[in-house]
Amino acid sequence: MSLRNYLDKIRPNFDEGGKLHAFRSLYEGFESFLYVPNTTAKNGVNIHDSFDSKRMMIMVVIALCPALLFGMYNVGYQNYALAGMLDQATFWNKFWFGFLAVLPRLIVSYVVGLAIEFTVAQWKHEEIQEGYLVSGFIIPLIVPATCPLWILAVAVAFSVIFAKEIFGGTGMNFLNVALITRAFIFFAYPSVISGDSVWVVDHTICGLGANLDGMTAATALGTASTTAAAPAFTMDMVWGFIPGSVGETSVIAIALGALLLLYTGIASWKTMLSVFIGGIAMAVVYNQWGPDNAMAAMPWYEHICVGGFCFGAVFMATDPVTSARTECGKWIYGLLIGAMAITIRVMNPGYPEGMMLAILLMNCFAPLIDYCVVQKNVNRRASRLVKK
Amino acid sequence: MANKNNEALKQPIWVNNPVVVQILGICSALAVTAQLKPAIVMGLSVTVIVAMSNVIISLLRNTIPNRIRIIVQLVVVAALVTIVSEILKAFAYDVSVQLSVYIGLIITNCILMGRLEAFAMQNGPAASFMDGIGNGLGYAAILVVVAFVRELLGSGKLLGFQVIPQWCYDHGYMNNGLMIMPPMALILVGCIIWFHRSKNKDLQEK
Repeated sequence: MSLRNYLDKIRPNFDEGGKLHAFRSLYEGFESFLYVPNTTAKNGVNIHDSFDSKRMMIMVVIALCPALLFGMYNVGYQNYALAGMLDQATFWNKFWFGFLAVLPRLIVSYVVGLAIEFTVAQWKHEEIQEGYLVSGFIIPLIVPATCPLWILAVAVAFSVIFAKEIFGGTGMNFLNVALITRAFIFFAYPSVISGDSVWVVDHTICGLGANLDGMTAATALGTASTTAAAPAFTMDMVWGFIPGSVGETSVIAIALGALLLLYTGIASWKTMLSVFIGGIAMAVVYNQWGPDNAMAAMPWYEHICVGGFCFGAVFMATDPVTSARTECGKWIYGLLIGAMAITIRVMNPGYPEGMMLAILLMNCFAPLIDYCVVQKNVNRRASRLVKK
Repeated sequence: MANKNNEALKQPIWVNNPVVVQILGICSALAVTAQLKPAIVMGLSVTVIVAMSNVIISLLRNTIPNRIRIIVQLVVVAALVTIVSEILKAFAYDVSVQLSVYIGLIITNCILMGRLEAFAMQNGPAASFMDGIGNGLGYAAILVVVAFVRELLGSGKLLGFQVIPQWCYDHGYMNNGLMIMPPMALILVGCIIWFHRSKNKDLQEK
């Protein structure tokens, strides 16, 4: 417990009048990150589940780890594969290459986001909120590994301030912060997040990897939106050995995370399942009666496996803050996300990946869905009262 | 009297700004502020039209029957807008093409009808003129600030001249495409309102 003693010893420096008072929020943030705070309620009786939001956030981060680790490996794999050097590269070559490519983005995401969180907490004399732990982890996973660091920093700053802090911080945002970051990059700097030249890191890092001069690889959805025929379904799309944003490619890695989220009860199985049902149903509908393009002809299992559909369904649509909260509302919310994502993919060639826009759109409608579900229940019970 | 005219001029420029306090004229503030030049022209056009229509309505205010006052106001405003539109087409054709329908739509700008109803119908021509100039400039000021940020970050230019050097672009800097789109103008107006409320605490809502 020497760390505990050390924290206690330096505490007076951060109190009112101490010389490090300006960093009080930083100190409290780290203290409550390491230990359970020992402050208790002063009045009334409070029963708390020990499963607090800190533990919940950590669970989500653990659930994201398979996707991150596989994503790092895949970043290396894609580079070596495109250079035609797969047989010369060892497992660790690929992994370290991807690790070195992704790590700066993870660091930038956390440093910028947490700096803003700490500043706001200090400024408003509040405690640090845990929310950014998860957002900061998701953000590097939903952008390409080539995304310039300064653009990522600007996007993170924008989304933390305008999607979260102005609404009152963690738990008050009505839009998913990580998705706003991606949407900001998508609309402000479209060339770094779409097209066919951004999905594979094209230069060596610390002697690892290969320099790719002008060689590019489009994502499956990118190909389907620009050519007459969608790429054929392969098992690589399930394992994740395809170009794409860092964490979104592997269905297997995301499924591992999904199992943990469902087992611990953090994510709602209703939301998750209904997103898949909505997506599959809509894909089948377009197969039958859709317009004459490659995206509409894509079979449903391929729609689910490529792009960010799985990642969005498991980690973004189920965000407890921005999704619908009523049990019936979760079904409506999920079904509409799945259906909308496939619809955007098929009907709008300008946006080959509809998942981001579908979730953001339904984030806006979640409060309305909840309101209608609650009102319906109120009316049903009121009419039962009148009948008697 | 002079003091009152002074107040009528000064109040709307910052403390009682038509855009950030009364939230009027937002549509055109989003539409014409992608570049600085059309924003300045739009701001000046609105200033001239509000001032002139305020004076005319103020002179007529005792003779207009109450039931048809809106239609009289509209006729005056429409006539002035047409004149301004024709002048722009004659002397600043490029800008008038850029502004397209938005000059014509000044007729529907809420600031105009708002000032006519709220001020010119009750006050003399001198005060009304000052009020019109003040409101027009208050509107123009917001437009110019928003357009300055949008053109600088969205195209790297100011008034059409390249401001951000090529050196930055060579080193990976990129123009922010979102700045060109109307949503960003709304966010920028929101930021100005945020700043304005933090300076004018009595406007903060509890």
